[in-house]
Amino acid sequence: MNKKRLIEIWVGVFMALGLVALFFLAMRVSNLGTAYTGETFDVDARFDNIGGLKVKAPVTIAGVEVGRVTGIRYDAEDFRAVVEMGIQSQYRDRIPDDSFAKILTAGLLGEQYIGLDPGGSEDMLADGSEIGVTQSALVLEEVVGQFIFGKGQEGM
Amino acid sequence: MTGLLAQLGSWGIETLTRLGRAHLLLLPMMRGFLDILRRPRLLLDQLFSVGVLTILIISVAGLFVGMVLGLQGFYILSRFGGETALGLMVAASLVRELGPVLTALLFAGRAGSALTAEIGLMKATEQLSGLEMMAVNPEHRVLAPRFFAGFISVPLLAAIFSMLGVLGGWMVGGGMLSVDQGAFWNGMQNGIDFHDDIINGVIKSVVFGFVCTWIAIFQGYDCVPTSEGVSRATTRTVVHSSLAVLGLDFVLTALMFS
Repeated sequence: MNKKRLIEIWVGVFMALGLVALFFLAMRVSNLGTAYTGETFDVDARFDNIGGLKVKAPVTIAGVEVGRVTGIRYDAEDFRAVVEMGIQSQYRDRIPDDSFAKILTAGLLGEQYIGLDPGGSEDMLADGSEIGVTQSALVLEEVVGQFIFGKGQEGM
Repeated sequence: MTGLLAQLGSWGIETLTRLGRAHLLLLPMMRGFLDILRRPRLLLDQLFSVGVLTILIISVAGLFVGMVLGLQGFYILSRFGGETALGLMVAASLVRELGPVLTALLFAGRAGSALTAEIGLMKATEQLSGLEMMAVNPEHRVLAPRFFAGFISVPLLAAIFSMLGVLGGWMVGGGMLSVDQGAFWNGMQNGIDFHDDIINGVIKSVVFGFVCTWIAIFQGYDCVPTSEGVSRATTRTVVHSSLAVLGLDFVLTALMFS
């Protein structure tokens, strides 16, 4: 094999190796490989306090991820936070509309996510529906504050 | 007193004119891209000597850096019972910082110095003037293929570095130190965002590739055409590239991850 050809082959190997490495980083190391990119439908929920919930946080039912938080905004009308969730289309009309949404924490110091507890209603969540029953995030300072306040009451 | 001031002034003027010449060199090199389209062979040869020959040192360095990160990270994380975050720690530090930066530093040492010495020697032996005599533009013919070869190679090399580093960390963490495999990869995938981490790392390495190759080629092209001049230019290439990479890394990190 002549030298020209050898150089071409080596450069080809180099390019391929580099692209494989990029692909590996994208699919195996980052969240791209696990991210759900299919169709979703939007569901809103209102919370008194969302704590440290972030956009892109998972939405789970029974611990299984069914969607992601797509937007968080503050509604100045009723002083509550509105969390928009994108639920995967395969669960359209499969989640009861009286389901209970709560903000949970993964582990002691982990990220916050939304857990849905399915209710018993016959009507199902569809695009644009709103979850009525919610439970706010547990804010550590408030819990500690309540504990101290409770102890103070006992002492009197 | 005036002598000292004059010295400072001449140093300043010298530095500024050098910086100006370096920027003036960029334009003809960019225009040389048209020549490369006509003769891709030129780029291919340079990709071989700049990119392919650097794979070995990058691979070995990446593997060992990843393995060391796995070991050190394990000892520290296991104190807090957080061994499961090992994958995330190894991958995040590699993809965000160590991959692009160490690749650029190694590239400056392995390929940048060679580029400077090659071009400097071409200048010293008047090959560049010879090309000009034959109405061949040396900036298009000699400098541009080398520049684009470096510019393309560094991001690919950085990706190889990061990949092998992650695999090295996985070998040590998952193999020797019995970190749970599922937790290792899952923690990594949950913590590393494609856009925020991977793409930003690639952007970093693109910038470093541009700067390192540019410095190397300029130092060679601008050197004093003697053997001493070439040796000083080679030294300057490594020093300036390393400083530029480290300084730019701080700026880019501040811009990207703030």
